[in-house]
Amino acid sequence: MSKTITIDGKTIPFEEGQTIMDAAMAAGVYIPHLCHQPEFTPHGSCKLCTVKVNGRNCSACTYPAISGQEVLNDTEELINDRKKITQMLFVEGNHFCPSCEKTGNCQLQAVAYHLNMLDNHFPLFYPERDVDASHPDVMIDHNRCIFCTLCVRASHEKDGKDVFAISGRGIHKHLIVNAESGLLKDTDMAATDQAAHICPTGAILIKRTGYQVPIGQRIYDHEQIDQVSLAASGSRPVSALPPSMAVGTENIKNGK
Amino acid sequence: MYEHLETAENRDSLKRVVVDPVSRVEGHGKVTLLLDGDNKVQQARLHIVEFRGFERFIQGRPYWELPVLVQRLCGICPVSHHLAAAKAIDQLVGIDPENLPVSADKLRRLLHFGQVLQSHALHFFHLSSPDLLFGFESDISKRSVIAVLAEYPDIGVQGVKLRKYGQEVIRMVSGKRVHGTGAIAGGMNKSLTKAERDYLLEDIDQMIAWAEGSVALIKKVHCSNLPFYDEFATLRTNYLGLTKPDGALELYHGGIRAKNEHGETIIDHIDYCKYNDYIHEEVRSWSYMKFPYLLSLGQEKGWYRVGPLARVNNCDYIDTPLAEAARVEFKAHSGEAMVHSTLAFHWTRLIEALHCAESIKQLLGDPDIMGSDLVAQGEKRYEGVGVIEAPRGTLFHHYQVDENDIVTKANLIVSTTSNNMAMNESVRQVAAEYLSGRELTEPLLNNLEVAIRAYDPCLSCATHAVGKMPLQLELVDAEGKLIDKLIKHSDGQIERDNA
Repeated sequence: MSKTITIDGKTIPFEEGQTIMDAAMAAGVYIPHLCHQPEFTPHGSCKLCTVKVNGRNCSACTYPAISGQEVLNDTEELINDRKKITQMLFVEGNHFCPSCEKTGNCQLQAVAYHLNMLDNHFPLFYPERDVDASHPDVMIDHNRCIFCTLCVRASHEKDGKDVFAISGRGIHKHLIVNAESGLLKDTDMAATDQAAHICPTGAILIKRTGYQVPIGQRIYDHEQIDQVSLAASGSRPVSALPPSMAVGTENIKNGK
Repeated sequence: MYEHLETAENRDSLKRVVVDPVSRVEGHGKVTLLLDGDNKVQQARLHIVEFRGFERFIQGRPYWELPVLVQRLCGICPVSHHLAAAKAIDQLVGIDPENLPVSADKLRRLLHFGQVLQSHALHFFHLSSPDLLFGFESDISKRSVIAVLAEYPDIGVQGVKLRKYGQEVIRMVSGKRVHGTGAIAGGMNKSLTKAERDYLLEDIDQMIAWAEGSVALIKKVHCSNLPFYDEFATLRTNYLGLTKPDGALELYHGGIRAKNEHGETIIDHIDYCKYNDYIHEEVRSWSYMKFPYLLSLGQEKGWYRVGPLARVNNCDYIDTPLAEAARVEFKAHSGEAMVHSTLAFHWTRLIEALHCAESIKQLLGDPDIMGSDLVAQGEKRYEGVGVIEAPRGTLFHHYQVDENDIVTKANLIVSTTSNNMAMNESVRQVAAEYLSGRELTEPLLNNLEVAIRAYDPCLSCATHAVGKMPLQLELVDAEGKLIDKLIKHSDGQIERDNA
């Protein structure tokens, strides 16, 4: 008999070594997350995937599934906490969705929509952060970094390069690159590196490609992040949207 | 002219009347009048008091953000900013207008015709028609589009639907009615599908018919009030705008032409990338808006008007039949080489709306708008200039970038800035001719707003950081009592006045 946990009362099977996040995703249960990607070592830094395990708050992406756990995920209290965390991520950086080229493809924005975040709530920090456009093909806009370390892990684990690291503590935390000059152009970063494509926000970008995907064909134009995320994990079929239908015939008249 | 009313001598002894805010225009502005003991106007100014600063904060951003970022200057004509910026960044990737793929060029033109149509419809029907249909000094309850819908439902509904159609064109090409994407460096990010094209084709004949009807309406209004309509706020000025190489009316791309009040050519077919050799801007301490002028004529005489009146005055003909017939009729009404009536802005605005509707139909019948060759690329450059005829007039975007693709310098001359001098002069004329010496009432003051509205000013996009503007910050308590005042002088010094 296979081992099981329950999430919001629903019985979910898991295999030895899986985290709660792994088990949930495999069973088609979405737990909001930003710093987690199944192919990289879990980091547990964004805290968005916080769930209650037997009454205690844990990060679902790092916490191992153990038989008999009673996990709460989709509760009002947890959703509220996640919304607050997302609001804090927004106010801590400079996120201007209206002109950002990642709009429509941005996980931070998509999670905010999913959680029905309607305002900042907290006062904006307006930190002074730089843009590093020194590299010919890849750009870092530090204004949008949420310190999820996905680029750090991708560069280390997949690209074998260690281009990125996080330095400083608390409010002084920032993304650094592996060069004495501190500039991306002096690292061995390449546009083909996985680290160049992994950023969940608009902090690491391929230069000169912004806005090439029209409105209507962006990742979150037709589906929310929960559906997209589950489809990517293979637990739900990818919906077939004809790429040529930029606005979508069925939506032409109703203005969606 | 009325320059003597720009600054009065004994200002402290005069009575101050303020129209604040000027309503039914885009953005925030106010008019101040200084009156002497006999209610004679001694000073009249249009102040643009908003502060935007786009030229400054786009510095440090990558150039490909420009079309999407700067279009946020405005919610009425974002497409014009989007396309002016796109034309500038085309040059940064080595693409001049003649090398833009045919499909991309036509899609941009379609997008822009949609933009001008919806903006002109909004301006005429929603913002100005109450003045024109009910009278300049009508009761305040009648001065809105709601009253137009109640008393002239056909006109009101046609206006709303014309605007909606223009916005639908924008949505099909750029993905959203307001602030979409679409133009990228060297081309466009999508073409139209057959379904999208067919959807727009459904209503276009109706739109052309309504646009034609609106030209007939404004002609009737204008001509039944001659000579008042030819005199009110009227200025004999120079006119500037783009035209096609053969002199036809052009909204998307052409050379700069300027004519004087007699219709004589001052400059023609000028490559707009060299605009700086022909146009300079003057700064005055009391407005956030600059005052552009033609260099060859100097500050005093070189100011000019832009927008529908300038374009229809300047062009040799219009290349769509109904609008051309309307243009010929319009020019014939005055019998002069150039029409100077400020209220004729409305007439020419609707001739252009008709031209847009006709042009949209032509483009919808062109298979190139469904083409797949959408982007071209050439050698990188470090400077780009994009100029377009926005609904309100000639719009200049000028950018410089560094070797890392980051914007280092930007200059925007927006349409309303070009009309700044003219709007002030029109305000002074109306103040001197219609208000001076009379007991000022609210309906009477609406005359000033009518003059400003004729230009269709977009005040919010016309103000930029000059860096030396005086600022005044006032802290007022709930009873309206002044508690504290900070004044920044134009030399940068800050003074506190809490008396």
